[in-house]
Amino acid sequence: MFGIESLSGPAYASVLVGIVLVEALLLYVGYGALTRVAGPSVKDAIRGD
Amino acid sequence: MGMSIGMIALFVGFGLLVGILFGFFGMGGSFLVTPALLIFGYESTVAVGSGMAFVFGTSVIATLKHRDLGQVDYKLGVLMIVGTATGIEVGKEIVVHLQEIGLAGSIISVVYVLLLGGIGAFVTYEALGDGSGGGLEPDVEADADADDTEIPEVAQKIQSYRVPPMIELRGGITVSLWMILLVAFATGLLSGFLGVGGGFIRMPALFYLIGVPVPIAVGTDLFEIIFSGGIGSFLYAMEGGVNLGIVAPLLAGSALGARVGSAATSIVDEDEIKVYFGVMLLLGSIAVAIQEVGNAFDVEVLRTVSVVVILGAALLVAGAVVYSSVESLRAPTPASSAAD
Repeated sequence: MFGIESLSGPAYASVLVGIVLVEALLLYVGYGALTRVAGPSVKDAIRGD
Repeated sequence: MGMSIGMIALFVGFGLLVGILFGFFGMGGSFLVTPALLIFGYESTVAVGSGMAFVFGTSVIATLKHRDLGQVDYKLGVLMIVGTATGIEVGKEIVVHLQEIGLAGSIISVVYVLLLGGIGAFVTYEALGDGSGGGLEPDVEADADADDTEIPEVAQKIQSYRVPPMIELRGGITVSLWMILLVAFATGLLSGFLGVGGGFIRMPALFYLIGVPVPIAVGTDLFEIIFSGGIGSFLYAMEGGVNLGIVAPLLAGSALGARVGSAATSIVDEDEIKVYFGVMLLLGSIAVAIQEVGNAFDVEVLRTVSVVVILGAALLVAGAVVYSSVESLRAPTPASSAAD
């Protein structure tokens, strides 16, 4: 998967952990942008404004 | 990745659920993900390794969110890592010794159930018995100088031991370095002994023993989990135990859940957080007890009941967290700029 199978044990593990870290950061930024855009409307809807 | 759309959607939904609990309590990863993956038929190395990689990714997201809210004490986190790592090594040695005399399995099971149930009962009782409220405003840093009445008695006692060097922590409290290391060592020892992540031990320890406000205890605990989860993921990945096809969809759900759960800690009343935490642990202890009986007598249905109880508890508590957050937002008091 992701073409990293040919790497040796520690390198493979490092890349795998790195991929998880990058995915986490991208999701954090992505959802952050989404909540900045949609957050106020959602909060207003919850408050019934 | 050889996974159906339905399965991916299920993983995203499950990730969302776990993310809410993880962001809110700073615990729940090893509790929930690994048993669920085992139910889905993954072998134990993949279930544990992928669960750990998922916990690592989710803890990064939840910690960043807690950092935005001023709820991570990095100094305390680093000290806790040092003490915890030492404690884990000693805990593992105790397990090896107990294995040599053939008592490891039974003693660990009993201690695990008693600890989960005991902490759960204590936290719930203490929170329900304390009518002081104790909620924190969204900007913890701004009003974090907790007065003595908000600090548990044991923590006040521990803070009174003025053995230098003294360390100033977020929340305006000062504690001896040695006391922090001692508490970290004790929590690490239990974590290593039980073979669990230990969020359910560390979070209450930071609050009840060191006196750190609950939201900062959660944020700092999550910061520590980044390191334990990262190292654990690396070790399991070397053995081929991390499956990105599992981790990626779980993380897609938990990234949103962790934001919601983390933000909820600054909206929901502190005592409510403790009650939910306590209830989660009590139900967890029942689930683990059922599982251990199932293992002891090799009754498959009990193991399934155990997983159903723990997943049901997770669903119930995550739902309660979201409900409380919505109710708090609807309340007339100025609630949160933090609830994004």
